[in-house]
Amino acid sequence: MPEFRETTLPNGLRIAAEIDKRGYSAAFGYFVHAGSRNELDPQSGLSHFLEHMMFKGTGNRTAADVNRELDELGGQGNAYTSEEQTVYYATVLPKFQDRLIDLLSDMLSPALEEQEFETERQVILEEIAKYEDQPPFGAFERSMELHFGPRGLGRRVLGTAESIREMTASRMREYFNLRYRPENIVMAATGNVDFDALVDQLEKQTASWADRPCTLGGSSKDDSATSPPGINLDAQLSMPGVNQAYLVRIGHGPSESSANRYASRLLASIIGDEGGSRMFWDLIDTGRAEVATVWPHEFTDCGAWFTYLVCDPADLPANRRQIDAIFTSIVKDGVTAEELSQTLNKASAGCIMQSERPSNRLFGIGSRWLTQNEYQSTDQRLESIKSVTLDDIASVAKTYFATGNHQEVIVTDSND
Amino acid sequence: MRSITLSTSPSSEITWNQLSNGMTVLVQPMPWLRTAAFSLAIRAGVDLEPNSLGGLSGLTCEMVQRGAGSHSSRELVAIQDNLGMDRSSGVSISTSNFGAAMPAESLQQAMQLYSQIVKNPHLPEDQLEDARMMCLQEIRANDDEPTHRVMQRLRQLHYGSHLGRSTLGTREGIAAITQNDLRDFFQSNYHAGDAILAVAGKVDTQQVFDWAETAFGDWKTLPAHSPPAATGTGTYEHLESPSSQTHIGFSFETIPYGHPDYFKMRAGIGILSDGMSSRLFDRVREQKGLCYTVTASCHSLKQHAGVFGYAGTTPERAQQTLEVTINEIEKLTEELTQAELERWQIRIQSLLIMEQESSASRASSLASDYYQIGRPITTQELETAIESLSVQQVRDYWVANPPRDYRIVTLGTSPLTPPSTISSSVN
Repeated sequence: MPEFRETTLPNGLRIAAEIDKRGYSAAFGYFVHAGSRNELDPQSGLSHFLEHMMFKGTGNRTAADVNRELDELGGQGNAYTSEEQTVYYATVLPKFQDRLIDLLSDMLSPALEEQEFETERQVILEEIAKYEDQPPFGAFERSMELHFGPRGLGRRVLGTAESIREMTASRMREYFNLRYRPENIVMAATGNVDFDALVDQLEKQTASWADRPCTLGGSSKDDSATSPPGINLDAQLSMPGVNQAYLVRIGHGPSESSANRYASRLLASIIGDEGGSRMFWDLIDTGRAEVATVWPHEFTDCGAWFTYLVCDPADLPANRRQIDAIFTSIVKDGVTAEELSQTLNKASAGCIMQSERPSNRLFGIGSRWLTQNEYQSTDQRLESIKSVTLDDIASVAKTYFATGNHQEVIVTDSND
Repeated sequence: MRSITLSTSPSSEITWNQLSNGMTVLVQPMPWLRTAAFSLAIRAGVDLEPNSLGGLSGLTCEMVQRGAGSHSSRELVAIQDNLGMDRSSGVSISTSNFGAAMPAESLQQAMQLYSQIVKNPHLPEDQLEDARMMCLQEIRANDDEPTHRVMQRLRQLHYGSHLGRSTLGTREGIAAITQNDLRDFFQSNYHAGDAILAVAGKVDTQQVFDWAETAFGDWKTLPAHSPPAATGTGTYEHLESPSSQTHIGFSFETIPYGHPDYFKMRAGIGILSDGMSSRLFDRVREQKGLCYTVTASCHSLKQHAGVFGYAGTTPERAQQTLEVTINEIEKLTEELTQAELERWQIRIQSLLIMEQESSASRASSLASDYYQIGRPITTQELETAIESLSVQQVRDYWVANPPRDYRIVTLGTSPLTPPSTISSSVN
């Protein structure tokens, strides 16, 4: 059985590890409490921009050194930024643990040089352009903006082309010092991990992180009477030449600490899973839609239910009525015992399969420790899944689907 | 029934044999896992579709799963969910593929179920229209992805109109398919001849052979088809689109997996594109900031292969991106270093070791290795082949076999000019 160990260093950095010495690999990640939610208008896109800059060199390493060393460790590594956190991670063979920790920890003290900042600004602008070309053409971001407002959880992770063009390296340094403090950071590890060595090494290597200057500089509160630069809030988006119509619906959902969250996930599976769900049989199996699905997205203190539909624009109204009918019927009659047991079996197997790879376990463990200071073993998760009842599901359906309170974003061809 | 065993480690030997109907069964026990996975490949790929019925292979693959044996479509899905199967299916140029990973105790039932799907599907005529709509949805969606459009067109230009056809089919082809076409394709191509079943995970080898015999031993067999020849040539084509970025795809011919020189070639592409210190990532993105995505990778059919690359960038920098990217490929053999090769070797070694953590990934490798070269390859054998490579070998290979006959496809607001260094081969 895997063993869970955790500690907090004197500087405030937290360490959480699920250790299984039988593993072929070990996964490590820094989970930083820095996401678009933490940004002000002049900082829009900075969490993500900083994520890129961590690979661009430190006091000890050039950008090329960082990338080269990551490759020398054979690490399957990368980084990502969300509304609530930035994560730097890699999976390596256990023999490379100390070298990887040395590298990742050094990366989190970036040089943030002016020239690298300018080069990377171009890469970020390319990344924004790339997503503009990809379905659903910004519809998820727009739905978040409408639901949460264009600030806070609704702020775009990449920022906008406008905010990135206006960004300065000094603003970035200020934001870095504010967010990358040891008390805002968790090191999570899974698999074949040497925990004691990890703690010793981190204690030495991150000791100076507490000394980062903490000044807010010129940042002041945003003016809520105006929209942030580059943001508009149209619920109808048009894309010249697109074939399909894309619909994103967003409503309230359970948070990461909600007792409802397992029932919500199972309900989502019954309604919208890729195979064998109500939406699958009504809309996918019949060829009426390419995608028709739902899922709850949990944030630290709140949550959102997403509904996503992709189909021929001509079929959009009828398909939307069908989806509403599914919600109405579940609010009224709940789900069947057969549906629940089928989804329980599927979810339990999924949980076991997911637990086999340290790299799969890392994100759940790191995120949860960062935001909730809580650990759930695979067996505890299995238990939470299996204990969901028909009544729990019925109650969740009523809580989230009975009100009809939601926002919708639709993307279609500009000529339609 | 004769079994052959390859030893990777005492607990994890790969054993394979052929059923009397010609189906090959490969098994690799991975006793440290809780899961098992299978990968079933049938020689029913899109290269066997009639020209006018592009999409027939994919539509058949969809239809066989709509009820089989004594089970309706809905019952099949319920059984699969209750067995905890994480499943996949799809078609490629040469094969139709079905696979799943699951808790190990579900494997026997899963094998039995899939034998019904491929041997005794109902092919319900009253569901043909639904399945046809489903295939059209996929084509429409694919057309909304500029990257997919570029790479699909590139494959067509690379391998030619037959081997390079889309696995999704065409709108016209999908619309024209009748129930008889479907039955014919199924009858002619779903059989044990050349079929491969690979199983990996917490299993007992002999038991899996017995289950395979029970499930598939009575499957009919027919002579196998040989794949058509590739007919692509060097060319440049631009697809007009009001996209934000210019999407650039390029390819050139290379040797397929299984060729004695394959890893010398593959190491060169690894140095170009695998990892964040690879040349394309470092020199096109990191140093010049020209794009977010730039990659090159190898794709193999049985007799043919290609190196396929992609870069996406805003229109004003697209010409420069194309030139810098192609230039990096052209000068691959300049200053090749031991350190570059070693980074790639460690990367592959790590990937191979980590593959031991996933039954699904092992099952899929076993099936594709067997399809490509007619036998499985042990992790040890791969490690040895990769570790023994020298910089000199990689350089010699690429000096003797430089990229030529580039196919280039761009999608965006305006066309680009292929670099003059390669324009003689781009007509």
